Amino acid sequence: MEARIGVLALQGDFQEHLASLARLGIAGREVKLPDDLVDLDGLILPGGESTTIGRLIHRFGLREPILEFARAGRPIWGTCAGMIVLAREVDPETRARTQHLLGLLDVVVRRNAFGPQIESFETELEIPAVGSEPVRAVFIRAPVVAELGPAVEPLARLPDGTVVAVRQDNLIGTAFHPELTGDDRFHAWFCRLARASIACALPERARRPAQ
Amino acid sequence: MEKSTWTTKVGLAQMLKGGVIMDVVTPEQAQIAEEAGAVAVMALERVPADIRREGGVARMSDPELILRIKEAVTIPVMAKVRIGHFVEAQILEAIGIDYIDESEVLTPADDRFHIDKHQFKVPFVCGARDLGEALRRIGEGAAMIRSKGEAGTGNIVEAVRHLRDILDSIRRLQALPREELMTAAKELGAPYDLVCEVAETGRLPVVLFCAGGVATPADAALVMQLGAEGIFVGSGIFKSENPRARARAIVEAVTHYRNPQILAEVSRGLGEPMRGLELEAIPAGQRLAPRGW
Repeated sequence: MEARIGVLALQGDFQEHLASLARLGIAGREVKLPDDLVDLDGLILPGGESTTIGRLIHRFGLREPILEFARAGRPIWGTCAGMIVLAREVDPETRARTQHLLGLLDVVVRRNAFGPQIESFETELEIPAVGSEPVRAVFIRAPVVAELGPAVEPLARLPDGTVVAVRQDNLIGTAFHPELTGDDRFHAWFCRLARASIACALPERARRPAQ
Repeated sequence: MEKSTWTTKVGLAQMLKGGVIMDVVTPEQAQIAEEAGAVAVMALERVPADIRREGGVARMSDPELILRIKEAVTIPVMAKVRIGHFVEAQILEAIGIDYIDESEVLTPADDRFHIDKHQFKVPFVCGARDLGEALRRIGEGAAMIRSKGEAGTGNIVEAVRHLRDILDSIRRLQALPREELMTAAKELGAPYDLVCEVAETGRLPVVLFCAGGVATPADAALVMQLGAEGIFVGSGIFKSENPRARARAIVEAVTHYRNPQILAEVSRGLGEPMRGLELEAIPAGQRLAPRGW
């Protein structure tokens, strides 16, 4: 059975994520309201502005349903702003006055860690989880992971050791944007995680009829 | 590691999609915008409605003001330079602004040429009334386009006209056989390679926002339904009776632009919108949109 993937579509580059999924033959679903989460196997939180996305999650009642989605063991992947929204904490220097977080991923992130837009960059990263060939990574006013909790595994680092991708069980965070490069290996890997989560899901999910 | 590539320039605009960029003239307004859910702020000394009323030469804002606004928020900060004024752009790049708007709202510094935006590390957004103008700006290096509308009027009619014009021309190009594209490029006054790209993909090679006249959540949803990927609001928020509530409502309308139930809910009880101007009330010489070549 193909995994059913949703992309949080409150603000940001959710169309780019949907396009990546479409290239893999997966019809992703825009998630704008709590009902849109029903029957999904995985959820992507896109790049965008974390203060905006966080506020809209709060405003439209998506916080508790997304926390429930994670508790059910369904994978969630946040790219850039999406990783910030997933995080437990934003370091005080880079936190907005009001910053709504989901607090799922046990990390402290530093927003906009490289400086103004002219410091945005592209580079190649080794990410063994995704494949042996390096991944082209685009960092746009990007965050970094400043502190990792004990259950959090680094997936990718910059040459200076800075952690820019993490995994905590079925939660993934990347500071960069695989959806902007046309290289869909990260999305394919996430879909495999979502598919695997169906197999070991709670009984009521496993019983639902196949499509 | 390569900095300031075309991908990172266009990419920041992609991150702003589905969002609202708000004009602000003080650090306090910038904070109101951020808390309301703006994806970026445009830092300037006067909003277009005041520029229009007060007249005189409108220039780049004082870097001191722009920096104070930059310090007040964590979201991207944009600022405007005059058309063709590449030194104003050099100054804004030097103070670490995130995006430059080469804008017809300010008094043009050059009546024939725009800035060679490829020479800059900082990305540029430019206004356009039609597809030819949009592609000329992209040819010069603009990494984001906004339809111009008529800034400072609170009247959506010009924004709708320009947005429709750009999108209709794209649809028309898609229907043309390859051998007609060179003549289409000549008629549009646009670079041939970009015309071919648009004909093939059915979209601009960069993100397209809408600007110039949005005053209500319904206006915002209208231009989103027409095909804008996000919006700029200039005078429409801080010239209204309750900027905080209106800013939030416009943000929410851009997210749920296809959901009339939510649009109805967010539109309720916002107080008076900005007063607004009939286009016929503006003498031809005082229209902003025709500036740009």
